[in-house]
Amino acid sequence: MWTNLSRLFKYRGLIQTLVVRDLKARYRGSVLGYFWSFVNPLLLLGIYSFVFATIMKSDDVKTQPYAVFMFCGILPWTWFSSSLLESSASLIAGGNLIKKVLFPAEVLPIVSVFSNMVHFALGLPILAGFMAYYGHLPLLSNFVWFPVVVLIQLVFTIAMALLMSALTVHFRDLRDLLANVLTLWFFATPIIYPYFREGVKQYVGYFRWNPMYHLIVPYQESLFFLGPFGHGPSLLKLGALSVIFFLAAYWVFDRLRDSFAEVV
Amino acid sequence: MAAAPAISLANVSKVYRRYGGHQFATLKSAFLQRSILRDLQPTETFQALDDVSFVVPKGSTFAVIGRNGSGKSTALKLVAGITKPTSGTVQVEGRISALIELGAGFHPEISGRENVFINGIMLGLTKREIQERFDAIVEFAEMKEFIDAPVKTYSSGMYMRLGFAVAIHVDPEVLLVDEVLAVGDEGFTHKCLDKFAEFKRRGKTILLVTHSLGLVERFCDDAVWLDHGKKLAQGDPKRVIGAYLIDVESAEEGYLAQEDAKTQEEVAVAEPVRVDGPVESGPVSPEPVGEADAMAEAEPKNMFKADEGRWGSGGVAITGVTLRSVSGEAGHVFHTGDEVAIEIGLKADRPHDDFVFGVAMFNTEGTCVYGTNTDIEKYVAGELSGDGTVRFVIEALDLVEGTYKLDVAVHKKDGAPYDYHRLLYTFRVKSRTKDAGIYRPKHHWEFSPTVKLTRTDE
Repeated sequence: MWTNLSRLFKYRGLIQTLVVRDLKARYRGSVLGYFWSFVNPLLLLGIYSFVFATIMKSDDVKTQPYAVFMFCGILPWTWFSSSLLESSASLIAGGNLIKKVLFPAEVLPIVSVFSNMVHFALGLPILAGFMAYYGHLPLLSNFVWFPVVVLIQLVFTIAMALLMSALTVHFRDLRDLLANVLTLWFFATPIIYPYFREGVKQYVGYFRWNPMYHLIVPYQESLFFLGPFGHGPSLLKLGALSVIFFLAAYWVFDRLRDSFAEVV
Repeated sequence: MAAAPAISLANVSKVYRRYGGHQFATLKSAFLQRSILRDLQPTETFQALDDVSFVVPKGSTFAVIGRNGSGKSTALKLVAGITKPTSGTVQVEGRISALIELGAGFHPEISGRENVFINGIMLGLTKREIQERFDAIVEFAEMKEFIDAPVKTYSSGMYMRLGFAVAIHVDPEVLLVDEVLAVGDEGFTHKCLDKFAEFKRRGKTILLVTHSLGLVERFCDDAVWLDHGKKLAQGDPKRVIGAYLIDVESAEEGYLAQEDAKTQEEVAVAEPVRVDGPVESGPVSPEPVGEADAMAEAEPKNMFKADEGRWGSGGVAITGVTLRSVSGEAGHVFHTGDEVAIEIGLKADRPHDDFVFGVAMFNTEGTCVYGTNTDIEKYVAGELSGDGTVRFVIEALDLVEGTYKLDVAVHKKDGAPYDYHRLLYTFRVKSRTKDAGIYRPKHHWEFSPTVKLTRTDE
């Protein structure tokens, strides 16, 4: 396992090439090209801000402007959920490579995570634009946490992606299950509502068990809330657990690796 | 050869597992029945390779031959490291390039140029190495004008050529080739063979899996024959191929015998007569009145277009048809020029004085290769009663290689059949000469002294 893991580092060139290929291929032949990377989150943002800022208006001062608040959570969530959905299909889609070429299978789910990370990064300028428009800028002391949150999410997402992709090869149902679980998970995470809202507070005890809670709230704190960065310790704890989770997921992946070429 | 081994397999076995139902059944049921662990256990296994060992010395060209499903490709995948052996060890020295699936990593949407780079990186080259070889790759694939078009617009030949070109330019120490020489046209195939020859000259190791035995004979230093996952022979390609061909023949023999038994069973079940043939109304009485007229209608209008089957009035029945070689052994596979006898068993319900025996051979296209009967050949019927045997002896089966079917019949002089067996018997003719047509006349070549030729085979 450790030798494989160290080899993973050597594949960074391959991963980089494949991420670029993924992005190029995705928008090849469409008129707007990369612009879709911006349009998709923009549209989503439009819908949510209409629903939650106009129809179901909230008076909470702390979450104004509501559109910016939601976008801070939706961007990382989209990265997470599309990474999982894509990576769970990646080994089956890349079956040709696994079966016919000596190809490091773990590269495929990791590439899914990274190419979605690029989309996430492309969404950030939009977020910045909205912040500038509303004149709501993050506190610098909170913003320094942002790269830390991104890094921890990256580790956590890769771990999930490895696990899901390996298991989906054997249990094809997992993909459909995952899509539904992700919908549930989305609403169970304080993304479109603030975690401290009345009526939500009583469930905070359950949030402790939701790893995405420990990521999304720090995102909101580092990018949006003007208060102190209150979730640092739990974030770092999640970071440590993510590393362990990553090793465990990689171990599972490594154990199942030999079965891929036969089952895919 | 005393050279160091490039590839060595030691007691390698590979067991493929099949899981209960499909895959693991469903996740839901696995959870519900708490049977995940049980479902993870294979319910059925398939032994693709069974204790196979061989060593490929450095610099040699080594062939793996065998029938479909014999484990050839599995062996290649093990050498390539795509799958792991269940037991035993596989060792390979030096960089491998596997020509197993050409262009496996190509993405249809992006250009050939980008795909060459990505494919090269997947095969273990660095960007700079690809840059250096890029022109050679494109030139080899003959793709200069299309290299910037998306791969999805390529024809399958172009796709394969590009894949082949990239793989071969990885410049491996060990090249694994799985039946990929059917790429592109004649010209390209020759280019590939030249490339292999160049590899050979430069002392690289080639492991070749193929059904093209001619290639093996011409090209390889050593061959191994796998069958049902077991190594049956290894050594000089000519010898191994010879042994393999004999085995293929006996397998064909077995298959044809089985087919024959099946058709004969079908026919026997429907005794006394009239199988598949146009049905005549009313039961067949032992001595029907006006039988000849009725049968004339029952016969297919055009004999040579009719499907296989059996029909006739049944006064005389053909109880069995056997093909025998000159030694008297029953068989279905013969060689061009063999003496073959078609033995027809008969049973007459009462003495008959009006009978003609006929035999015809057809090739797979349905062309009548030869047909004759005792009437045409001026035999006059005397009497036939009880059981009997008729042998049609072909002194030299001068047919080219192929599968042939037989019509066997006994009928009245006016053509009304007692028992007509239409295309029920199959035999195969094998030949080491790949001549064309249906019939091979006895022949030889003669040359004046100024025309000098020599024969290479044998």
